[in-house]
Amino acid sequence: MTSVASETVPAGGVVHADEPIVRLRHPGRWVAAGVLVVLLAMLVHFVATAPKLRLDLVAGYLFEQSILSGLLVTLELTVVAMALGVLLGTVLAIMRLSANPLLRGAAGAYVWLFRGTPILVQLLFWFFLGTVLPKISLGIPFGPQWVEWGTNTVITQFTAAILGLGLNEAAYMAEIVRAGIKSVDPGQTEAAHALGMNPVTTYRRVVLPQAARLIVPPTANETISMLKLTSLVLVIGLPELTTTAQLIYGRNFQQIPLLIVASIWYLVLTTLLTLLQSRIERRTNRGTVPLRARKRVRFAMGADR
Amino acid sequence: MTPMVEAVGVRKRFGDNEVLKGIDMTVGRGEVVSLLGPSGSGKSTFLRCINHLERIDGGEINVDGRLVGYRRHDGKKYELRSREIAAARRGVGMVFQRFNLFPHRTAVENVMEAPVFVKRTHKDEARREALALLDRVGLADRADAYPAMLSGGQQQRVAIARALAMSPSLMLFDEPTSALDPELVGEVLEVMKGLAKDGMTMIVVTHEIGFAREVCDRVVFMDAGVVVEQGVPDDVLLNPAHERTRAFLSRVL
Repeated sequence: MTSVASETVPAGGVVHADEPIVRLRHPGRWVAAGVLVVLLAMLVHFVATAPKLRLDLVAGYLFEQSILSGLLVTLELTVVAMALGVLLGTVLAIMRLSANPLLRGAAGAYVWLFRGTPILVQLLFWFFLGTVLPKISLGIPFGPQWVEWGTNTVITQFTAAILGLGLNEAAYMAEIVRAGIKSVDPGQTEAAHALGMNPVTTYRRVVLPQAARLIVPPTANETISMLKLTSLVLVIGLPELTTTAQLIYGRNFQQIPLLIVASIWYLVLTTLLTLLQSRIERRTNRGTVPLRARKRVRFAMGADR
Repeated sequence: MTPMVEAVGVRKRFGDNEVLKGIDMTVGRGEVVSLLGPSGSGKSTFLRCINHLERIDGGEINVDGRLVGYRRHDGKKYELRSREIAAARRGVGMVFQRFNLFPHRTAVENVMEAPVFVKRTHKDEARREALALLDRVGLADRADAYPAMLSGGQQQRVAIARALAMSPSLMLFDEPTSALDPELVGEVLEVMKGLAKDGMTMIVVTHEIGFAREVCDRVVFMDAGVVVEQGVPDDVLLNPAHERTRAFLSRVL
């Protein structure tokens, strides 16, 4: 604490260390924000002043009975078709990776056929199946039959829609699941085998839970895509959300308000599905990325050796 | 008493490359044997043949008096079904170079997995046993950690506990310390020494010459798919009879 010591340290150095820091400015962001505000104002002005937009009709039809029942059909189709797609797709993926050439070939042929034809054609095909195959029966092939139904009573509009959407989806899911399974380190299967697990237990307990981490995001994508793909069942006359909106504006010619109503519901459902996706991802990511980050912190803090 | 492992004329080829050219080896109960040799000598492949992770193309292997991978009947060997192979593997524990812990399960869940889903042990009992095994490898306090939160040495010790959970009568170690940082090798070898002391029959593919000398009853030196020489560690490691053994040892020591 002598005066000599304070003179050896340049007085200016202490002052510099306390100087305030000026953050980098981003003038471009202000310009972009200004442009966006103007565009938004134009949109609000248009919505508020266009008399033909009829926002009152949007509000009125949003919870209208037939729109809500159309919404329910859309939901049912999405859930059932995706469930069929995921289950059948997983089976097909395991078949494609099997050592049995017959199973591999069958699964490959399925994917080739159902990915290779338009989904619209497939929907119509199931719907019109009754014209070439009037009766479906259960029994011994080429022998006596025990029960018999008329095809048109079994394949209603709804079942035709499920078959069309679900069987098509299975072909795409098969490829997603196959990629997920192939991404799992073969050492995992070896470890499971070495512990005495049979092939089924190995898949169920070791391979599929790890494949799920890679399968979930594209499957969520497929589900959201399916939600909107259901509007295709228009061609077989099943009144889901879009079809219902179309039926209504066919009578009152208020196309835009009713399309907005349908869009609002699709957006609501997509938002809910996205939330569900992040919840599932948190579950399937157990033991991976966030934990690795935590480990780095723990290492840094010296908590771990 | 039948030996634990009896291999006769074992052959294995990958395409045109014959990696095992007639291996004969007998491992007695409670014996600790290390397999040494340059990489590509077939020692890991032979180890994997013992629990049928690789199918052999000739000869035969018996573990605990039972033919591996086949059923003998009327002078023919019939290939086993995958369920029967799985059942036969329960008596053989295996530890891998890259640990191969299940990353989506915690340490204790990794150890419980096979008892619960293969042996159908009750969950509570399996957890109790798993915690005891983790304690045995010195990791009782990390039971709820995921593998990604553990160091390499800790992961390998969990992997050993996981293999022990099926109460195997034979343990196979495939280069258990090769993927570890040098300072973590000791803790894994320490656990393996403890196992050897408890009378476990062990076959260890390793490059740890010190471990082979100190712990193993016998050292087997392999090169190019054949057993070049074998014997008591001090004989093989200090006075190798064969030129190829001498060349290998001069490179690793």
